[in-house]
Amino acid sequence: MLQTELAGVKLSNPTILASGIMGVSGASLSLIAKNGAGAVTSKSISLEPRMGHPNPVIVTYGQGMMNAVGLSNAGVKDSIPELEYAVKNAGVPVIASIVEFKADNFGILAKEISKASPALIELNISCPNVSHEFGKPFSHDPAAAEWATRSAKRNTKIPVFVKLSPNTPDLVEVARAVKSAGADGITAINTIGPGMQIDIHARKPVLSNKCGGISGPAIKPIAVRCIYELYRETKLPIIGTGGVATGADAVELIMAGASAVAIGSGIYYRGLDIFSKVCREMQEFMEKEGFSSIREMRGVAHE
Amino acid sequence: MSEKNNPIITMKISRAVQENPSVKTIYFNCQLKAKPGQFVMLWVPGVGEKPMSISYCDGESFGVSVAAVGGFSAAVMRLKAGDLAGFRGPFGTSFSFRKEKTLALVSGGCGCAPLAFLADEALKAKKKVLFMQGARTKGLLFFTERMKNAGAEVLISTDDGSAGSKGFVTDLLGPALQDGKVGKIFACGPEIMMKKVVDISDEFKIPCEISLERYMKCGIGVCGQCVVDPLGIRMCTEGPVIKKETAKKITEFGKYRRDASGRRVPI
Repeated sequence: MLQTELAGVKLSNPTILASGIMGVSGASLSLIAKNGAGAVTSKSISLEPRMGHPNPVIVTYGQGMMNAVGLSNAGVKDSIPELEYAVKNAGVPVIASIVEFKADNFGILAKEISKASPALIELNISCPNVSHEFGKPFSHDPAAAEWATRSAKRNTKIPVFVKLSPNTPDLVEVARAVKSAGADGITAINTIGPGMQIDIHARKPVLSNKCGGISGPAIKPIAVRCIYELYRETKLPIIGTGGVATGADAVELIMAGASAVAIGSGIYYRGLDIFSKVCREMQEFMEKEGFSSIREMRGVAHE
Repeated sequence: MSEKNNPIITMKISRAVQENPSVKTIYFNCQLKAKPGQFVMLWVPGVGEKPMSISYCDGESFGVSVAAVGGFSAAVMRLKAGDLAGFRGPFGTSFSFRKEKTLALVSGGCGCAPLAFLADEALKAKKKVLFMQGARTKGLLFFTERMKNAGAEVLISTDDGSAGSKGFVTDLLGPALQDGKVGKIFACGPEIMMKKVVDISDEFKIPCEISLERYMKCGIGVCGQCVVDPLGIRMCTEGPVIKKETAKKITEFGKYRRDASGRRVPI
């Protein structure tokens, strides 16, 4: 009942570990799979190692959290063995998230990361937390997004998903651009904002990066709207993500047009086994409402 | 569900005590519901944030003890009563004891910080506490008087013999277990020391818990920076306190850890 498919890759259920969360090692990706995820996404990998921003990198508030981890990762050379471990041991499709700051580098990186044989490659062109270093994300510019996607597509046979940002009025235009460059699917959305939290006693922003991408329950309505528009305008497979904590949340994203649903901050709210919990809740809902498959439920809000 | 929140609490430091030339304990007048072994993310505004074991907690106030090792701790060394600092937490797992009458607490260096809090709680519960402290040299010891005053039996070893017996703190453990009275062992310190403690506890078939530290960023179980191989568990959430049975399954224990990027670095 919960099986789904992303560009030919079969998932036993539609819950996916989102990139940036618990994706540092092959062992932790495998642990998430044991907790019920239908697929797992690595933390975004760049050509060179990155230490990321200094702490504090995460703050929580009443309706969500803000993070500016700064794309820390071990670099492609040290990340390949971790991905290979996950591909071998997780027992579910592994998605390699990659990030670079020159569009051409996505090609070099896609080629390298393909050596680990992930099921999908996800291009992170939408991190809101590194603009001091790299200027505005590619996801804010259809031409740059298209170039990065084309560069990746020319260098790998593995299906490529592109993770888009809600923080641009040109979301649909960017999606069309990556589709024309050959993207096999879209992941939406990356974190919102960025936002800022000021400690009123210290009279200073809390995050070392001052700003951080907002995630958690607060952003779900924005995710639903973006997915709805992307489904209507591109018909590409969509990994929906943004504020999912319950089976009802997941169903909502699927009704908007997602084929699968990535979960990140939800781990904070419900624990590592949020994946099996969400699956159970989705199944209960589907049985009650008479849905027999994810495909049947996908995009029904458009009818 | 979404009401869950661990905001930074910022307040004035109520007391700052220089324990020795390189360790400072700072106290907050805050009723923290913490258990021994748990940690807070200590924030020095404008400087940074690091996980720190709670070294004192009496329900009215709590303290963390910071050793001078880098830029962040250098900033902590300059803090005094009345200065502002923040914290999130408490986070992580805690040490546990039940019916055991006698407990052996084995610390190396700054590892005595969480064990001092554990000793206080154990003594309150009328346990006999053997507090074994190892340090490179006499001047680096701290909490020795506090533990003696609290009623613990303190045994000391130093690498250079300047206090207590000369050698490693683990050399004190075997002899202390000979009479069969110790019901549980707790350890916090360098990994090579904790590995030895685990081995000795196996030899004597005594339950043992250790506190294993890994590079932490979020402290709340989402970033995944502090995971260990091959279990993938998070030392901020499923740790830092783990049973020796878990420690023995962690193949990187005593061998390597991950840095801020996630690369493996030897211990």
